Parts: sequence; structure tokens; C-alpha cells
Amino acid sequence: MSSSTQPAPAGPVVDIRDLSVTFATDAGRVVAVQDVSLQVGPGEVLAVVGESGSGKTVTARSILGLLPETATTRGAVLLTRKDGSRSSDVVTLKRAELGDVRGRDAAMVFQEPSTSLNPVYKVGWQIIEGLRAHGGYSRAEAREKAIDVLRRVGIPEPEKRIDHYPHQFSGGQKQRIVIAQALVLDPGVIIVDEPTTALDVTVQAEILDLLRRCRDEFGTAIVLITHNMGVVADLADRVAVMYQGALVEQADVRTLFANPREDYTKQLLGSVPRLGQGLARTQERAATRPPGWAESAPVVEARDLRIVYPGRLRQPDFTAVDGVSFAIRPGEVLGLVGESGSGKTTIGRAIAGLTKVTGGSLTVLGTEMNGVKEKRFRPVRERIGFVFQDPASSFNPLLTIAEAVAEPLVVHGRASDAHDARGRIDELLEAVQLPRSFGDRFPHELSGGQRQRASLARALALGPELLIADEPTSALDVSVQARVLELFDELQRELGFACLFISHDLAVVDLLADRIAVLYRGQLVEEGTGEQVLGAPQHPYTQRLLASLPVPDPDEQATRRAAWQSLA
Amino acid sequence: MSTATTPPTARPRRGLPVVRQLKQAVGLQRGMLVAGLVLTGVFLLTAALADLLAPYGYNQLRDADGPFGAQQSPSGEHWLGTTVGGYDVLSRVIYGTRTALAVIVVAIVLSIFIGVLLGLLSGYFGGWLDRVLVVIADAVYAFPTLLLAIVMAIVISGGQSGLWSGIFAAAISITVIYIPQYFRVIRAETVRIKAEAYVESAKVIGASHWRIMTRHVLRNATRTLPLILTLNASEAILTLAGLGFLGFGIEPTSGAEWGFDLNRALSDVTSGIWWTSIFPGVAIVWVVLGLTLVGESLNDLADPRLRSRRAADAGETGEVTVVPGGPLGAGPGGLAGIEETR
Repeated sequence: MSSSTQPAPAGPVVDIRDLSVTFATDAGRVVAVQDVSLQVGPGEVLAVVGESGSGKTVTARSILGLLPETATTRGAVLLTRKDGSRSSDVVTLKRAELGDVRGRDAAMVFQEPSTSLNPVYKVGWQIIEGLRAHGGYSRAEAREKAIDVLRRVGIPEPEKRIDHYPHQFSGGQKQRIVIAQALVLDPGVIIVDEPTTALDVTVQAEILDLLRRCRDEFGTAIVLITHNMGVVADLADRVAVMYQGALVEQADVRTLFANPREDYTKQLLGSVPRLGQGLARTQERAATRPPGWAESAPVVEARDLRIVYPGRLRQPDFTAVDGVSFAIRPGEVLGLVGESGSGKTTIGRAIAGLTKVTGGSLTVLGTEMNGVKEKRFRPVRERIGFVFQDPASSFNPLLTIAEAVAEPLVVHGRASDAHDARGRIDELLEAVQLPRSFGDRFPHELSGGQRQRASLARALALGPELLIADEPTSALDVSVQARVLELFDELQRELGFACLFISHDLAVVDLLADRIAVLYRGQLVEEGTGEQVLGAPQHPYTQRLLASLPVPDPDEQATRRAAWQSLA
Repeated sequence: MSTATTPPTARPRRGLPVVRQLKQAVGLQRGMLVAGLVLTGVFLLTAALADLLAPYGYNQLRDADGPFGAQQSPSGEHWLGTTVGGYDVLSRVIYGTRTALAVIVVAIVLSIFIGVLLGLLSGYFGGWLDRVLVVIADAVYAFPTLLLAIVMAIVISGGQSGLWSGIFAAAISITVIYIPQYFRVIRAETVRIKAEAYVESAKVIGASHWRIMTRHVLRNATRTLPLILTLNASEAILTLAGLGFLGFGIEPTSGAEWGFDLNRALSDVTSGIWWTSIFPGVAIVWVVLGLTLVGESLNDLADPRLRSRRAADAGETGEVTVVPGGPLGAGPGGLAGIEETR
């Protein structure tokens, strides 16, 4: 399976036996990992997948002994040096001995590259720091080695770039540097925790390519922690599925995707959105439109919309949205796709009146937003619902769900207080499939998916004509995301509101949207139905975006990867 | 569909601020909090029951058997002896708690409302108002408390303070120093909370500024108030004692005040009369220590990273779910799945 060319030591590099980890929390003891046994062979890529809270990160971190003080660990984690010269049980190691093991036997790549590099040191210094900690290198040798490793992870002009600071690199390059930092001591295994979650899809493809080369060129085994099944299909040799702290299933990547054994794995795979799923729904919806619908007055119309953020002292202004034109007709779902920084969220915020429009024209429900006064716009707000990205932070932690959902009703005078509105709130909660009794709970007592449903209930409380959903599912697990999207679709069909659906995930947008608009650096590069945009993309950026989206199927992904490489 | 039929679900355990933290605390942090609470509790009780506890009045110089006499060493009649002025030390110490408590209450009441309101407005609206207020607050920081208190004492009563003018001199000087502190803390919290998604969501709903400020921002911004409150209180006592020590305090005939007693005890120390200085001094340390311990441990407990917890025994089963996203079993297909998850 593995294409490793390295002469392999006999045993596995990592051997986890009956690992259990318990945390002490305010609410009592919590078992995060229970009796997990895993092995990683030399040069093998093991993907650990599962929902958040399934214990996948805790398991992986225990390989490096990186658990917080509140954790109690039982079992054994045997770590073998790459040349097989030394093997130690991380669980029983002292602090000083751990320092010797970390970096040399196993290294870690963290999720967020921008925070895992120290901004006040040059990147070269940070790479050499690892070498110095383990000794045996002169200054020149260490620098030589750092330049070499930077070149191998694909940083152009490493001799010059080694003296640059982290902020002088892009997100993808920073992640490359973090990987270089992990590779410089040539460890037997690197643990990669959600390496691409913080990156855009197009950059993600490059980083995955780099990780694959790590395995092939350095012969390093990789423990890949991810919730993205596409990434798993792209990179992994073997997959371990975790659920509620226990290992559910462990199989070869092809076997797992083709014939998942456990019910949980089947459900997990089934909830991954795939391209082309939304086609039937879109066509069905298009067929039921009344005649003359295309000519009806749009709910939102942008003509040559420009939004500029004023620059700080002596810095140029930043143009977030640059001459964008689009329209959303009543009852239509427009999907807005783009990378981070493409201006998609800014457009959503401008429609909701949270960001000032600086040029062009944006008409929302008959009100011109360019230069609008808050007082004039307030009555229009009643007709707009907004669903925020992170359900955890979009609820006031001190209000119950019922009070939060009642806010729009109270503010617009439809009810005197939360108690008065209770009947309507119960209806709303039922509509988003939450039990009525949840109204008395506080936001922190709900799970992420439940909170996002409550958020949907709040957005729909006033029966809006327009709903703006800003990445409503990107903070949720795949399995939860699938259910929230389904609910969203159901409600949209039932209530018939127009919707701007903002997302970075093409597959998610495809599932819901009638039309898809692709944003790239503040400009609208392509717009059309899902069939047009995803089936026959015209703009090179859309083509690249599509090609770099990993699909949850190892064989198909292999062919797509080849296509992507030819495109790049 | 009436609300009466809604089953009474378990409200979250929130409880009173201090009681909740007492339940949370373990080990040394719990010890600190308990010690602080006990010291503070004794102080409050003494102030409340001063009339019952004190054997004599604070300005009493004689009883039925004639004058007490000056600088009497501790005895059966005067447990802690008498002062150079001929007052009973124990009674002065006990009545001193009332003066101290009055200063604390007045100082806090005067500073907290103005400070919190200004901080809220400044942080929420920003702009020129914010800039002006921040500059003023910074300027006030540069002022020494005691100097200000002396000025206040002179302004209020020409330097010769009675009970309430002395209390107000100390309290107002504290107020001037502490308004900027409340202002700073609430402003910083407001600026942070203003960017939270739930404030934006209230804005999108169309809520008015005042409603957002009171309902969404203020209630979330008061987290650190108990801490400054206790520190504020201990600072108030120290200033009062300082004023008294410098001679701007409260006349012994109009009120008992520890700083004044310390000042009068200065010359006693060299002649081996220890009881006149030790006991008022201990009283000051007692109250300040008690309040500071409470404040510090509340601060530590409020921060999950500083809070210590009971060690986990391996092998015991968790009492809460470790799955924040909710287990996969709960589905949109029905309510049963969701109900069972809790």
C-alpha cells in the first residue's frame, strides 16, 4: 500500500496499547479516550477521523506527551526511533526525557499556521531552534540544514527567505514552514492536526501534495487528524475511525470507503456532501416557479457594488468588493463561494447593514443601501434574517434560548416580553426540530448543531423575506452539518424566503443553491446555475477551485489529483 | 400551548457569585477563599454588632468607678488596655469597623455607577467621546490617592474632620481614583463584547443602542467587577487609615478610627507600650487581608486556566458527554434522539 522507499525497521514506529485518557473538569471526570490501540508502520499515513470530541486529537497528542496537567493517562504509547535504535514508552517518561523524544522521534504540525510560528523571530531561527535543542550542530551546519529543509518543502529562494519573519509569508507558506520545522530533525513520525482546515481549498491541495512528498522522500510516517473525508481519501493509507473516545473501525483506506463495516462509519461517509447532489432539487424547484418569475422585482440587487475599507495611517485603502453585480429574486437561493478574503462575507454584511457601502448601488427590499441611515433601515431589518457562522458566539450566554429567539419579536413590538411570545417561540423551535423544553436552556447547554438550529429559529422569527446565511455550517461537524443543511432546505421550501448562502465549500453550496456566484479577490468571476458553474466552469479560477476540492473516494481522488497537477 | 404546561427543566446551577465559586474551589485556592471569607465575615459581624460587643463607648473616658486612666496595660477591666488619651482600646478597635465599613460602602457606591456607565458609553460608541474619556482617566491615574484625600479633607471640613466628613473625604478621594478603574475595565470588556457575534445579531434584528448596551453588553461585561470591588474596598480602608495617621482623620470624640489611633500611639512604641499600636494595626491588616484574599481567589477561580481541579482518578466514567457537537444518533428525523442526548 505504502509507496515508502525507506529501509524499514521491523516494528511499527508508534504502538499505542490500551490507551485511556481522563480529564478533570469542573463538571467532573471526563473520559476522552478509552482503550484505544493503534499502530503506525514506518512510512505509513494513518488518518484518525471522527467528530469533534471523539478523542482523535487527544490520542494523537498523547504520542508526544502533550496533554494538559488535568489529564490522567493509562496504557502505553511506544515510540520507536526511525533507525530502530531506541524505543520508549511516552506515558512513563519524565519531563526531561520527553524533551529528548519530541522533535527527534515524533514531531507535530498544528492546525493554525499563523499562530504556531512566533511572530518576533525569523523563521530560520525557529527551525534551527529544534536542531539546537537536540545538539550536535555548529551554527553553519544548522543553517545549512534549515535552508535544505526549506527548499525541500517548496519555499522558493530558501537562502534569502530563511531570514524573513512569519508575517512575510502567506498562509500556505507558513504551513510549509511549520512542516519544515517538524521535518528538520528527521523524525520517524509527524502528527498533523487538521493541517488544512485553516487554509483555502486551493492551498489545501498544495499542502496535501507536500505531505505526500514528505512520506515519499523523507520516509516519515504521518498521523493525520482530520474531519475532512476528502483529505483522508487523498492522503491516507489506513484510516482509524473514532467515536466518543473509542476506536470504532480501522481499515485500509480503499476498504473503508468502499465497504464501511460499522454503522457509524457508514453514517459518517453518508453525511459528506458531494458535488452534483443538489442538481435534482434545483431543477425541481425551477420547474415550479410561476410564469413571469424571472421578471419579478429582485429582493436584493447589486449594481457595480464597491466596498472599501479605509486604510490605516499611511496605508492604502483595502478594496474588499470591487464592482460586483448580482440579483436575488424572491424565493431564490443564491450561493456565494470564494476563498477567505474574497469579499463574500463583506457582501453579506453589507446587505444586513453591518458594513457601509462605499460605491455603486445595493438595493435591499427596495431600500438603497449606499448612504442609508440606520434609522431609515431599521424597519427593513424586520424583513431580513441573519444566521451567523459560529453558533457558539452568536447567542448571548446570559439569555435562555427562548429569550434569545424572542428578541426580534420584542424589539419589533410583536410581543411585550419573552414570556408573552412563548407560544410563537415554541412553534419556531418545533419548526427547527428542537424540543420545546430547550427554550428554557442556556446556549452553553446545547450542542453546536442544536445551537445553529436555534439560530435559524431566531432568524426566522419575524417571517423574513430574505435570509442571509454566513457560513452557517463551517463550524459544525460533517455529520451535524448534513442535518442542518437538510433542515435549511426543508424550511426554505416551506417558507419560501429568498436566501444568500455564503460558503467556502462548493459541495455545500451546490446542495442548496439555485444559482452559484464565484468571488475571487473581490470580483465576481462566474455566475450561473449549479449545472453551469460546476459542470462546465469557464473562469480558470473556478476550474482550479473545482479541481482542488478533494472528493471522498480514494480512486476518484487519485484521478482528480492528476488532473489538478496538470492544471497547475 | 400555554407556558404553564412547559415542564420545569433544570435551570443551570448559577447561584450567588461567591457561593458558586466556593463550591468550585479546591485545595489552596479554596483555603484562600475560605480564609478571606472568614476574615471578612468577622469584620462585617463586628461592625453590625459593635454595640453588643464593645464593653465601652468609643469616646468613653470614664465609667462609674471614675476615669480609665491613660496607657493602662491590658487587664480584666480593659482587655486590650487603654490609649494615651484614656480610651478603651478594645472598644475603639470594635467601633472602628463601623467607620471602615461606612467608607467602603460610600466609596463603592460613589464610584461604581459613574465608572460603569462611562465605561459602557465610551466603549460602545467609541469616537471622540472615548478618546477624551480615556485621556482623562489616564491623567487621573497619575494622581496620588493620599494627596487627593488630603485635599478633599481640607475642602470638606477644613482639615478637622468629624465622623462623616472624614468618611466622605476618604471615600471621595477613592472615588476619583476608582472611577477610571471601573471605567477602564468596563470599557475594555465592552470593546471586546461589541465585536461578539451576539451583539451583531442583536444589531441585525434591529435592537436600539440602549437595548443592546443594557441587555447584551452590560450583563456580560460585569465579570471582573467583584475583583475590583474587593480591591477598591481595601484601598478605601488604607486611605482612611493613612488620612487618620497623618492627622486629617476623625476626631476621637466623633468616631473611632484606626489610623488616628495609630498616629497617637507613635510615641508609645518607644516606651514599650505595645497595645495601643498593635491592635488597631492588626485590625487594618485583618480587613485588608480578608478583602484582598477574597478578591484574588475570585479572580483565580474566574479564569479556567488558573483554576485548580481535583485530580482525575483514571478509570472512572465521565459524567458529561465529551461530544460538543452532539452524538450522531440525534437527528432531525425526530425529537426522541435529541431528548435522549441529555
